Parts: sequence; C-alpha cells; structure tokens
Amino acid sequence: MDRYADMFARLNEQNEGAFVPFVMIGDPDLETSEKIITQLIESGADALELGIPFSDPVADGPTIQKAAIRALDNSVTPTKCFELLARIRAKYPDIPVGLLLYSNLVLAKGVEHFYAEAAKAGVDSILIADVPIREAKRFIDTANSNGIKQILIAPPNATDATFQAIGDLSAGYTYLLGRAGVTGAETAATMPAASLIEKLTNVNAAPPLLGFGISNPEQVKHAIESGAAGAISGSATVNLIEQNLHDVPAMLSALDGFVSSMKAATRK
Amino acid sequence: MNQLDAKFGEYGGMYVPELLIPALDQLEQAFLEAKDDPAFNAEFMSLLKDYAGRPTSMTLTRNLVSNPKVKLYLKREDLLHGGAHKTNQVLGQALLTKRMGKTEVIAETGAGQHGVATALACALLGLKARIYMGAKDVERQAPNVFRMRLMGAEVIPVDSGSGTLKDAVNEALRDWSANYDKAHYLLGTAAGPHPFPTIVREYHRMIGEETRAQMLEKEGRLPDAVVACVGGGSNAIGMFADFIDEPSVRLVGVEPAGKGVHTKDHGAAIGKGTKGILHGAYTYIMQDQDGQIEESYSVSAGLDYPAVGPQHAYLSDIGRAEYVSVTDDEALNAFQLLARKEGIIPALESSHALAYALNMADEAEDDTIIVVNLSGRGDKDLGHVISILGDQVNG
Repeated sequence: MDRYADMFARLNEQNEGAFVPFVMIGDPDLETSEKIITQLIESGADALELGIPFSDPVADGPTIQKAAIRALDNSVTPTKCFELLARIRAKYPDIPVGLLLYSNLVLAKGVEHFYAEAAKAGVDSILIADVPIREAKRFIDTANSNGIKQILIAPPNATDATFQAIGDLSAGYTYLLGRAGVTGAETAATMPAASLIEKLTNVNAAPPLLGFGISNPEQVKHAIESGAAGAISGSATVNLIEQNLHDVPAMLSALDGFVSSMKAATRK
Repeated sequence: MNQLDAKFGEYGGMYVPELLIPALDQLEQAFLEAKDDPAFNAEFMSLLKDYAGRPTSMTLTRNLVSNPKVKLYLKREDLLHGGAHKTNQVLGQALLTKRMGKTEVIAETGAGQHGVATALACALLGLKARIYMGAKDVERQAPNVFRMRLMGAEVIPVDSGSGTLKDAVNEALRDWSANYDKAHYLLGTAAGPHPFPTIVREYHRMIGEETRAQMLEKEGRLPDAVVACVGGGSNAIGMFADFIDEPSVRLVGVEPAGKGVHTKDHGAAIGKGTKGILHGAYTYIMQDQDGQIEESYSVSAGLDYPAVGPQHAYLSDIGRAEYVSVTDDEALNAFQLLARKEGIIPALESSHALAYALNMADEAEDDTIIVVNLSGRGDKDLGHVISILGDQVNG
C-alpha cells in the first residue's frame, strides 16, 4: 500500500493539489489533540504532517516550540503519540500520515524499534528535522525495511549534489522549503519555487510539497501554480489552536474554516 | 561531502537541518584554506601574542600542595585578555568570519565568558555581534551582560525552554538558519556539529603546546597528568590535543557533579549521561528515557551544559582520557584554597579541575608533576560566591 502515491494519483485525476496541515500530537493535551486531528481530516486535509513533541526543536519558531511545550507539560510521550496515531489510523485507513520530529527521539527508542512502532501505528512517512541527507543512510535503510517513506528536505540553498541525492533517495514526497529560517507564519515563503521545482523534476524527486511560511490560501494557490504538488501549513494551523486554548468548540470551528479555505485553494 | 572527518569514532557528525549544511561546508572550507595561509596565521598569531597576551604563564604553586613528591603547576589561561581561554578560539573564528566575507556574528553564552570574548573580538575586528543568553543567565551574570554591551554587542535574552545555555544555543541555531548568508555562528565550545569540534580544538591547541614546551623547559620532561574541567570541553580539548599521542601523560577531564551525581542536579554528561544527539552532534547527553533533554546543573554556569564535545566522548570510550567529577562544595573549597594559599582567584569552572588535582596530589606516592589548566579567573563569580559563602569567608 502506498498512500502517498494513491493520494497524488487521485488529486491528479481531480486536478487538485494537496493541502497538508501540521499539528503537534498532544497539543494541548492528548484528548483535544485527537479531536483536532479528526477535525483536520473531516475538514478536507489530504494528508497529515504530525509532530512528536521534543524539548529542543532547533528547526522550529516560537509557535511550534510552544505547541511542543504545551504537549510536554501534559506528559505527552512518543508512546502515547503512537497510541493516538493507531486510533486515527483505525478510523481513517486511507489518509497519508507523516511524522515530523527530531533525531534524539528516534535514537532513544532505538532506530529499528522506533520505525517498527511507527509502522505498527499506521505511519506512512518520517521526516527528521535534524538529519540532513549526509547523515540519513541508516534512517533511510530502516525506513525502507519497515515500509516507511523517509521524507527529505529540499532547501532553497541546496547544491546540485544535494538535489541529485534527493532525486536518488526521496520517497513519498519531497519537503520543499519555502524560505530559509525556522518554521513560522511570521515570515512568508518568499522564494521562487518554480526554479527549484524544475530542478526536483529533473532529478525525478518525489512530488514536492511546499512548506515553511505558508499561512493563507493565496500562497497555496501560488505554490500549486508554481508546480508544487501541494502545500504544508504548520504554524498557521497551530496558531488557531493557541488562540482558542480555552474554547475547544471554537478551536475546532476555526480549524474547520481554515482547512476548508486552504483546501479550496488547491483546486486548479 | 566533508573534507575532514566529521566523526570521532561513532561520535560527532552533522545532525542539523539540511538548510545549515552549506554554511557548515563553507566554514570547513574556510578553515582548511586559512590553515595553509601564512597571512591568516600571522594575523592570528599576532593577535594572540600582542592583543590577548600569549603565551600564558606556567605557575608552580608554592603553598597549595603538602605532599613533597608532587609539583602542581597552573597553566594560566586566567591571565589571557578577557579573563579566560575563550579568547583564543574566538579570535580565530572571528578572523574566519571576515575571511568568509561575513559581517555579523551570532553567538550563545552561558556564564557570559564566551559572550565577552565574542564581543571583544567583534569590537576589535569590526564585526556586528548578537549574543543569545538564557534569560535566567542574563539575571545571574549582570556584570558580563554589561561588559558585552559596553563592547558594542547586542545581548538577546532567551525565554524559551529553561532559559539557560542550551536554549541560547537553540536560539542561535535558529537565527543562523535564517541569516547564514551574512552571519557566522561563532560556537563557543568544542561541541555542536562538525566542523566546530575540530575548529575549536585546533584554535585552542596552543594551550597544550605551550604546556609541553614550558614543562620541558622547567622540568626537562612531560607532566604525568594534565587536568582540565569539562562542560562542553573546549579548554580541556585545547590542553589534551597535543598530548593525546603521549601515553605517559594522563589526561583527566573533570565534569561538574553539582549536588552529587546520585542526584538529578549535576552536569556530568560522560559520567552519568547516555548516548544521543543534541545541538548537531552524537555524544553523551543528559536525557530521559524518551530522549527529552534534561536540565543540567552546576554552581558554575560555564559547566552547566547537558552534553559534551564529541571528541571527549570518544577519548573516554577508548580509554585515552579519564573523566571524573567534582561537586559544587569541592569546587568551592578549591576556589577558596587557591585564593588563600596562592593569591589567585580561579573561575568556578577551573576550580573543579583544581579540586580533583588536589586529590590526586594527596594520593600520589611517586614523584608526580601535575598541570591544571586554570582556564579562567574568578572575578565574574564573586557575586555568586558571596551569595553562597557570605560571612563564612574571613581571613
């Protein structure tokens, strides 16, 4: 089963791009988080990118850092994240689910054990924010042997050699960075995505999803017009959680409106 | 690909976002080119000698050791401009910054010593410095914050996480991810992703080289042991580097045991930590079973770091260096002893190395020469020590 390939085939047929929201599992707590993730799917997310909270997220800006802190303050552990993921998978057998996390969480469980647990929970892909291609071999090998796609990042400043490696090694999708820096809606994606997308196409990379600084439907539309297979929006999604921490129905309603409008912008 | 080996055995590596790889490769390239450039080396040497005050003295203690078989020497990095060994490698990296055509410097600091060294080098070389410092440390180290600002650096308090050194490193890395085009990240210790552990070692290795020459001159032989404190491990690796291939010289690294390694309040990453990845390197770190990084603790802010440089992890595993630990109380005792017996007020960091060396001195049965790397002076610690010892200190 290749849920990403199935999703891209379906979207191609419907002449749409993918909208992929990111949230932190367990933010603000496990129970609310399960409602949030369910809402994202029900509101039309094509795939999910989900974080496991880590104490020292160096690739994340303040919004996602705070999400991790809220989850950790509520004693959310990788094990509890996997349990939640398994429940989501049981309910939604077809949606692609990706994990986005940091290397030390993987090492602490043992690389093989971590990937096996993720596969058991129905995870389709894993992106490790602090593992560049140069350090990725053992993770890619373990991903492959567990039927998981290791997602690679294509940054705007990558060398041709890095693009070639992405072409050779990427699976599932390619996470195309909209700009330098860390995650956050404060700074919009700026780069000319089209030229990078062309490079990725030339090396036969997995379909690119544009992320970092994507917070409104115009950007989604623009990403897809530039040739991206879709867009990922993290901090803008997490902001809606933070703004409605004490009113869960309002939070879910805000997420519903946001996902619907972002998804609508993927239709060509 | 890397031109230098990015790992020490299994330790080290480059566990950073893909985005930072070009900046780290550029740094490695600049470091290698500079190494073979006589003009670069001449400028670095001239700054070390005429601006910073190298070579530093080697002082034989007169009153500190009662065992007649032992000679205890102090390598006086405390006399270096800036008050600690930190100035050595900061000057080197600041010159590299200029060589790369960058105009800004990002740095992290815990106690403020690396921040002060960065600020002075940037003032001297016309670079714009911004220094991340945990909000708690900004409060605890007010004089150093003022020193940095006086020398023109921007000090940015970091509220996220625990508000200490590890969070300052996180924030510096985040800044660098957005600004690597014009800014160099001037990492302050022998930790972090390759090539930092190698560059920091090479720009501190004159500590050990001078020690070798001074010992040969004064004693006609190499010392039996060199002892240095280890937080991230920059002064220790600078002292060890030239002796690694001299098996007769014991290399002793002293980690902070804080309130005791049986408690949670310590910073002994090698002694009590487990293997993992923090700030770009695979090394010994302090973490819980899920891999969340734990807070370290030490009376000495400069040793208060929940990881250690990867080469130290390697030297420990292969048995070439030994890593021990010393509690807050033992360090405070050594701090006072050196002041009272020799008229030298050491940094609390260096007091850890001294405390262990004093134990070694007591136990020595044969003629023994020990060199302690006195990595910094204690003026910066006076406020903190007053708050702990207060009226107990009286001539």
